Amino acid sequence: MNKILFWNEEKIGISLIKIVVVLLILFICTMILLLVHMSLPAIKVFGLSFITNSEWNPVEEVFGAWPFIYGTLVTSFLALLLATPFGVFSALFISDICPLRFKGILSTLVDLIASIPSIVFGMWGLFFLAPFVRDHLAPLLREIPLSGPLFSGPCFGISILSASMILAIMILPTISSLTREIFNAVPTTYKEAALAIGATNFEKIKLSLLRPSLVGIIGALGLALARAIGETMAVVMLIGNTPQVVLSLLAPGATMASILANEYAEASSTLHLASLCYIAVILFAITMIVNFLARILIRVLSPKW
Amino acid sequence: MLARKIKNQLFLLFVSTIMLLTCIPLLLIIKHILTMGASAFSLELILNTPKAVGELGGGIAHAIAGSLLIVALASLYAVPIGIIAGVFLSEFRNSKLTFPLRTALDTLAGTPSIVIGIFAYVILVVPLKSFSGLAGSVALSLIIIPIVVKSTEEILKLIPITLREAGLALGFSRTKVIWHILIKCHRQALLTGVMLALARTMGETAPLLFTAFGNSNFTLNLRGPMASLPVQIFNYASSPHKDWQEQAWSGALVLIILVFLLSLSAKLVISVKLKK
Repeated sequence: MNKILFWNEEKIGISLIKIVVVLLILFICTMILLLVHMSLPAIKVFGLSFITNSEWNPVEEVFGAWPFIYGTLVTSFLALLLATPFGVFSALFISDICPLRFKGILSTLVDLIASIPSIVFGMWGLFFLAPFVRDHLAPLLREIPLSGPLFSGPCFGISILSASMILAIMILPTISSLTREIFNAVPTTYKEAALAIGATNFEKIKLSLLRPSLVGIIGALGLALARAIGETMAVVMLIGNTPQVVLSLLAPGATMASILANEYAEASSTLHLASLCYIAVILFAITMIVNFLARILIRVLSPKW
Repeated sequence: MLARKIKNQLFLLFVSTIMLLTCIPLLLIIKHILTMGASAFSLELILNTPKAVGELGGGIAHAIAGSLLIVALASLYAVPIGIIAGVFLSEFRNSKLTFPLRTALDTLAGTPSIVIGIFAYVILVVPLKSFSGLAGSVALSLIIIPIVVKSTEEILKLIPITLREAGLALGFSRTKVIWHILIKCHRQALLTGVMLALARTMGETAPLLFTAFGNSNFTLNLRGPMASLPVQIFNYASSPHKDWQEQAWSGALVLIILVFLLSLSAKLVISVKLKK
């Protein structure tokens, strides 16, 4: 009797766990399929030319995603470009150079920033960063010779540049803490070996810290890029939400995430809603690919200690 | 030798400068939130609901209540599911379901939060034909689940295999080992992971924009639109009214305090555990 009870309990428990797991997997798959299903009307009408068409006109029901894809790519790559040196070198400073007693304070500060909600970053950007860009940074950037159309036109503070800068600040802690983890994983013996053959601090860092963790750092940058691509609230508040493709970084623009946040709740026609869902599918696909590649770099290609 | 030494010094100087430059925006943000938030902060603000448009005063009590309710509800479904999935990933590593589950969770974790909002819109707002706090909580639970799974799995990985073997040797079934030895004995560590997940979710705005939507009245009706602190901050911050902008800053301060309290208590739980 007891034995039967014992086996039943184990079987029931394990099958319950499995049922929950299967349901969870099915639920996630269903959601993705439903999203694709919602975007079908737009996929039927516009096809793949949706991606390259740059007109977005809800009144005449002509929809193209290029301005948003362009905006997303420009802001996130610019953010990555701005944040990478700061993220990587601050991680290097915290993990290897800084005196022990500042280590805790600095890493806490970086983690603290990572826990601030993006809406707060957006608000700070709107009230402090945008005026700063308008009054101080834009006039300075216009003076740069040979910058061409990159910094041309009027600047009202709300711009692609401001959005990229706030994104850079937001992904900086991500880059910094991921890179710190990678640095910490490098065996101490590597550093000791470098010091033992008479390397200076710089040579030690270059040979036994930066070089072995290069692949991992690129993976970390990939994860940060995925975060920047999907980031919504801060960008909505700073980019100006104007669907246009312009070279000037001082002009307003729009990203895939920002157009979703702005128009989704108000979309009235089926085609408009379907087009927004289509954009969501594209955004989802892009972040999935970037995340996947970054994970491969971190999990598979970086050295196992 | 001298050249190498100079190179070394220059490099150290360079890295230290970068670190200083990194700290500047970070410290500025903290300073501005504290000063701007505190200047408009009052008890009235967190105890009252908004007044009519154009009238000064009013508060954000409805948004604070809405946020707490939505997050509490979200954790109600997300925490059990997350812990079960975490247990599965760590205890049933050779199962055929492990790979699909891991892939699905990785996908969910990497999904931009605005797309998660659309997921919840598609599965709940469309069929129910109304924005609702319920849909908001489902959206947030989709963010909590992967985080809880991850922390649960990491914690269970740290538990020595001998502990499980000891349980099995005493004649425990595998489910009993999981429940009594893995979960009950390590509930504090598991709780820490959950609280950190909640702290992160508390500030999410994008998934709530078209699920919970927002409401300017105090309501506990889960089937209707519900206010939440982040969405309220968004609406107030982008409005032209000076009064509302000030309230948005104080709201941001309240939000950050809530987030920090959650993560701080998570750390306290861990330190209490260590003292024992």
